[in-house]
Amino acid sequence: MATEAFEELAEDFEFLDDWEDRYAHVIELGKAMPPLEDALKVPATKVDGCASQVWLMPEIENGTFRFRGDSDALIVRGIVAVLTRLYNGVPVDEVPKIDAAAELGRLGLHEHLSAQRSNGLRAMVERINKLALEAV
Amino acid sequence: MYDVNKVRADFPILAREVNGQPLTYLDNGASAQKPQAVIDAVTRGYDNEYANVHRGLHYLSNLSTDRYEAVRGIIARFLNAGSEDEIILNSGTTEGINMVAYSWAAPRMVEGDEIVLSTMEHHANIVPWHFLRERQGVRLVWVDPEPDGSLDPAKVLAAITPRTRLVAVTHCSNVLGTVVDVKTIVAGAHDKGVPVLVDGSQGAVHMKVDVQDIGADFYPITGHKLYGPSGSGAIYVRAERLAEMQPFMGGGDMIREVTKDAVSYADPPMKFEAGTPAIVPTIGLGVALEYLMDLGMDNVAAHEARLASYARERFKALNWLNIQGDAPGKAAIFSMTVEGGAHAHDISTILDKKGIAVRAGHHCAQPLMEHLGVPATARASFALYNTEAEVDRLVEGLELCHRLFS
Repeated sequence: MATEAFEELAEDFEFLDDWEDRYAHVIELGKAMPPLEDALKVPATKVDGCASQVWLMPEIENGTFRFRGDSDALIVRGIVAVLTRLYNGVPVDEVPKIDAAAELGRLGLHEHLSAQRSNGLRAMVERINKLALEAV
Repeated sequence: MYDVNKVRADFPILAREVNGQPLTYLDNGASAQKPQAVIDAVTRGYDNEYANVHRGLHYLSNLSTDRYEAVRGIIARFLNAGSEDEIILNSGTTEGINMVAYSWAAPRMVEGDEIVLSTMEHHANIVPWHFLRERQGVRLVWVDPEPDGSLDPAKVLAAITPRTRLVAVTHCSNVLGTVVDVKTIVAGAHDKGVPVLVDGSQGAVHMKVDVQDIGADFYPITGHKLYGPSGSGAIYVRAERLAEMQPFMGGGDMIREVTKDAVSYADPPMKFEAGTPAIVPTIGLGVALEYLMDLGMDNVAAHEARLASYARERFKALNWLNIQGDAPGKAAIFSMTVEGGAHAHDISTILDKKGIAVRAGHHCAQPLMEHLGVPATARASFALYNTEAEVDRLVEGLELCHRLFS
């Protein structure tokens, strides 16, 4: 069982049966996510290994993992928004146990699993795990 | 009459589907698909005719050498070189330009010497010259394209000074599709005693090239963009320049004699072909060029011009679509951005879902992207096998992008 926010998202996605609708929803999630301030878009928050630019800013408090993020590509922004629902509020020691690929698969975003290199999902998840491990 | 459906039938990959949709392959600027004749030649090369070239005296080595060496003549014919000895076989344009930088330019340039480049060069025609800037203090002098993406030959020639040692300019921009009037540039540069390298990586794919008519000193081409195997390619070097060049890579095949104290070299072009080459890919390239010459490069160019004008017409109706470069006579290469905040990667991701392959990014032309003020574009580049129906499919895909992202 993932976070409540992610389970809600999974329920929303159950009603979307073609890829255009799923992508449209991912894009909407990205647009609705508050942007990261430019001052936080620095080399330290930038995730290498993504075709477009991605930044992840950790906000870990009292052993609870949270982050904010951004990307210059709208689909990738949407994926970042999905990941915030998957990871935010999870105890830091639970973060590495999350199988992000499988969870995104539940949303019908399978192609993001096979194209990990180009959209940087793997690189983002690796960064999230690293940030969580550093905080343990 | 150019029968595009007959041409398409020669390319087996075009019959496949991608993401449940018919493949619409519009990433030809990056690499082109291969006709069955090339695929067969590669298979035959390995399953029945393979041995190293230039070495053995046995049957297969002779056969392999004959097949390989015949390609030199085919390339000379394709480019209308004066002699096949002016054709150096290599892995493509990147190697060709690097060879010119090391073999010809580096030994004859000193601090303060200048190389004139256009801002729309591919990194392969920039970075080797940066090496000379870093290592020898050579100055790079840049000439910007006009607002419509054309390159004014007069501005290129005006950038030549008494310190200019080389002009290096593309025949056809891989981002804008601009076809450069290289003949005028070469004539003007030669009047001032300056040799010219014309990057033919895109140009040779889209039009009939005559290196003697252009007058180029160096004209590199890339096999995999010319419907041949990757790893194949060549550079035309005018005999005069060839005589001025030092060997680039040392090793087998390029020597006459090696002793502990000395080495003497084979005559050009072998002098510049060290080591075992890409034998079978090169043989495949020969078949690809024969295929192009059988179709007729003028017919290919006319077909692509029809596609380009149809695409321009359709794009005009999309007032949220920006196309970079609108130079008269541009090749069927369209670098696009969509208004509404969609990144080039967003566009290529959605188009991919529709089975449409385009390239997204800076296209190895960062100085040009900086000049244009766009971080990235999605590029649709057409080839001899593309159709007007595929232009329509691209337009549908772009309309979907516009709906999703705006």
